[in-house]
Amino acid sequence: MRRAAPYFVLLLAIALPLVMRSLDQVYYVTMASRILIYALAATSLNLVLGYGGMISFGHAAFVGAGAYTASVMIVEGVPSAWIAWPLAMAVSGLLALVVGAISLRTRGVYFIMITLAFAQMIYYLTISMKAYGGDEGLTLTQRSDAGLGLDLKDDITFYYVVLALLALTVFFLSRLVNARFGRVIEAIRENEARMEAIGYPAFRFKLTAFAIAGALGGLAGALLANQNSYVNPGILHWTESGKLMIMVILGGVGHLYGGVFGAVGLLGLEELLANHKIGWLAALYPNYQQHSLLAVGVVMLLVVLYAPQGIAGLFKRRERK
Amino acid sequence: MSLTLILEQSLNGLQFGLMLFLLAAGLTLVFGIMDMINLAHGSLYMVGAFLAATLVQATGSFTLGVLLAIPATAVVGMALEITVLRTLYERDHLSQVLATFALILIINELVRMIWGSDMPLPGPQALSGPVLLLPGMPYSAYRLLIIGVGLAVAVLLYFVVAKTRVGMLVRAGASNREMALAMGVNIKLLFTLVFGFGAALCAVAGAMLAPIFAVQVGMGENILILAFVVIVIGGIGSIRGALVGSILVGMVDTMGRAFMPAILREILTPAFASAAGPAIASILIYVLMAAVLFWRPQGLFPARG
Amino acid sequence: MSTRLLEIEGLQKRFGGIVATDRVALTVEQGEIHALIGPNGAGKTTLIAQISGSLAPDAGRIAFLGEDVTVLPQYARVSRGLARSYQITSIFKRFSVAQNLSLAVQARSGSSFRFWRPVAGETALVDEARAIAIQVGLAERFDAIAGSLAHAEQRNLEVGLALATNPKLLLLDEPMAGMGPDESRRMIDLISRLREKVSVLLVEHDMDAVFRLADRISVLVNGSIVATGAPDEIRNNAEVKRAYLGDEVAA
Repeated sequence: MRRAAPYFVLLLAIALPLVMRSLDQVYYVTMASRILIYALAATSLNLVLGYGGMISFGHAAFVGAGAYTASVMIVEGVPSAWIAWPLAMAVSGLLALVVGAISLRTRGVYFIMITLAFAQMIYYLTISMKAYGGDEGLTLTQRSDAGLGLDLKDDITFYYVVLALLALTVFFLSRLVNARFGRVIEAIRENEARMEAIGYPAFRFKLTAFAIAGALGGLAGALLANQNSYVNPGILHWTESGKLMIMVILGGVGHLYGGVFGAVGLLGLEELLANHKIGWLAALYPNYQQHSLLAVGVVMLLVVLYAPQGIAGLFKRRERK
Repeated sequence: MSLTLILEQSLNGLQFGLMLFLLAAGLTLVFGIMDMINLAHGSLYMVGAFLAATLVQATGSFTLGVLLAIPATAVVGMALEITVLRTLYERDHLSQVLATFALILIINELVRMIWGSDMPLPGPQALSGPVLLLPGMPYSAYRLLIIGVGLAVAVLLYFVVAKTRVGMLVRAGASNREMALAMGVNIKLLFTLVFGFGAALCAVAGAMLAPIFAVQVGMGENILILAFVVIVIGGIGSIRGALVGSILVGMVDTMGRAFMPAILREILTPAFASAAGPAIASILIYVLMAAVLFWRPQGLFPARG
Repeated sequence: MSTRLLEIEGLQKRFGGIVATDRVALTVEQGEIHALIGPNGAGKTTLIAQISGSLAPDAGRIAFLGEDVTVLPQYARVSRGLARSYQITSIFKRFSVAQNLSLAVQARSGSSFRFWRPVAGETALVDEARAIAIQVGLAERFDAIAGSLAHAEQRNLEVGLALATNPKLLLLDEPMAGMGPDESRRMIDLISRLREKVSVLLVEHDMDAVFRLADRISVLVNGSIVATGAPDEIRNNAEVKRAYLGDEVAA
């Protein structure tokens, strides 16, 4: 029964746009696309943070790098998604490789600080790219061309493409964590010193995971740029990394669907607060909807203090074979 | 690029560095003694600035307002410690990072709800004019005050930490918490007081810098990163490291921003220089941090053996 | 003439003002069980750490099977057959015994950069892991979570992990720490059974075990080797007796 649950949810996700279209509420499809894209970004962070135990505070930089790569491709007249999106992944992955190669030589808070520092460097570099909007950002005249008769400008088509990519990523992750590599990464998180002592060059494995996560983050970034038809340096800010980390812990650190749960939870909560008036709250404080971040912060704090396993921890822990 | 300009920017760098020291000192103590990463430290800086702005308006006096804001912020800090932060000491660093990040969001919104997005805090009238430091070199009297206050606090901190019993307990706690506990130090009270003291320092910095940098929601985040860079460079748990690190960072950041674009214009094409200049200036301190970590991974003056 | 398995010359390590390893010279021959004894704080674990590669010496040379491994990282020494066990148990508490041992086997069975095939399907790894488990007396507890094992069982797993790397030289750091008499006897049997296939450098405080097992004994005091020789020589060595204040050396 439990093994069928993900497929059931997938079915619901597939049905969503059709239902929304018939209800003439296509807005929710756009919102859902946004949630799925962040789910992809959070899932990529979960690989490094949840399974790998590496507290990287710079993940937004890789998402942003992917977003900018895809945008630059469109602006420069190469709108094909088949070129731009893999390129976005390559750029982010390579960036992660470089950042990781330097950062992973450090431990603990130094690692956090160095990843943060690199993210800030990339952020400032993006602001300085006047040719691509600088700190005003870059507006895209079109979304990427997917070919195959798919028009990504149609929100419903775009939604399905995002859903497919998210499903593929989660599937890929599920194979990875049960394969040799996944076992090694989790063991390194558990006891890195002993892993070295039984013959594993831990650094190489951590770096590989870091690069893979960066590349997947870049894919999410490319999709994000398409979703908004706009990209600006703000998405690389370290507070965005913080948001992604919030999603991972809210959803469940080191759980396969942690990123998905977290994105749904956090963005759903934000959406709820912003657009649905809660009567008694409004009576108490009329402007409460402008302060939705307060609720986000409170929920976050409560999760960290009292439910560190996140949403996934509410269901029984995934069977470890 | 005249000597006057260089001197002026050096003083600016010193001034910024000293204020940064106030934040870094509190941060490094909390990290060194309680082994806790506190991202909300920047929020206390912000609260201090807002409280100062309110009290200055209420009392009509800059000095009185700032002086009152200090204990007020300390109280806020201690309340925060007793209610939320205490539960985080035993938790892993990731939980601390996330919880204090959540606190940043909460405190930002609460401040916005209470005060609005920003508040004015003009400097004291008496010091709004320039002082002639050298012939032909005027310098803002107010900035001189900041330097004075910063140095005074640094000296005070030195005396407290190096010469008093409380300071000794703090240093003992920073280098070996278990030992301090075993010696029967009332750790809970010590932690709360250290935290309150750190908050007070934040208030001084926040209030003093407000006339220059503006009082607004979110002002804490940017300076927080700088403070963390400082303590990583200086060595976690070390006040001396925090001082050296702060001056270094303050100088590099200020001088970098002032002179890097000009320097680049000499070497590179104007178009590239104007684009890359600000970016490179911004990342200079991170390059500095990376360089220090490369040669001395524990920072310049690590407190722990 | 057999190649010396392990050859250490002039090994030096300081921590601030303290000399932890003071010009240590030591050899281990193929097929021998070589015990390393000494009072607490003599620097035995520090020496083991340098030999295994987790701690870099300030000076000196370490040669394994004729190859200079002084600057080789720990994982590279393991793949050449030099493995260690820890005095303070260092296992993978959240994994099962089977998974713990399989991990060590996996490290030497091809690349672990495999992202697709489930590792649970690799029966060869599990079979080898089971063989090790039987060897260290954990056959009954093969599927138990390591953190739930009793102390002595965890110590057995500790040795098992090192054994699973298929070493030529095993550095055992107080394998019997915290064990009762029965369990210690079983560990002594285990180690003596290793004699043909694996050479051992054994750090131990349990003198009964040391004199039962050792072909040679080296005595480490304040970071330097004060004596090396056959058990009887060491037993009667005046300087050794002095260093131990008569307590631990068997009369």
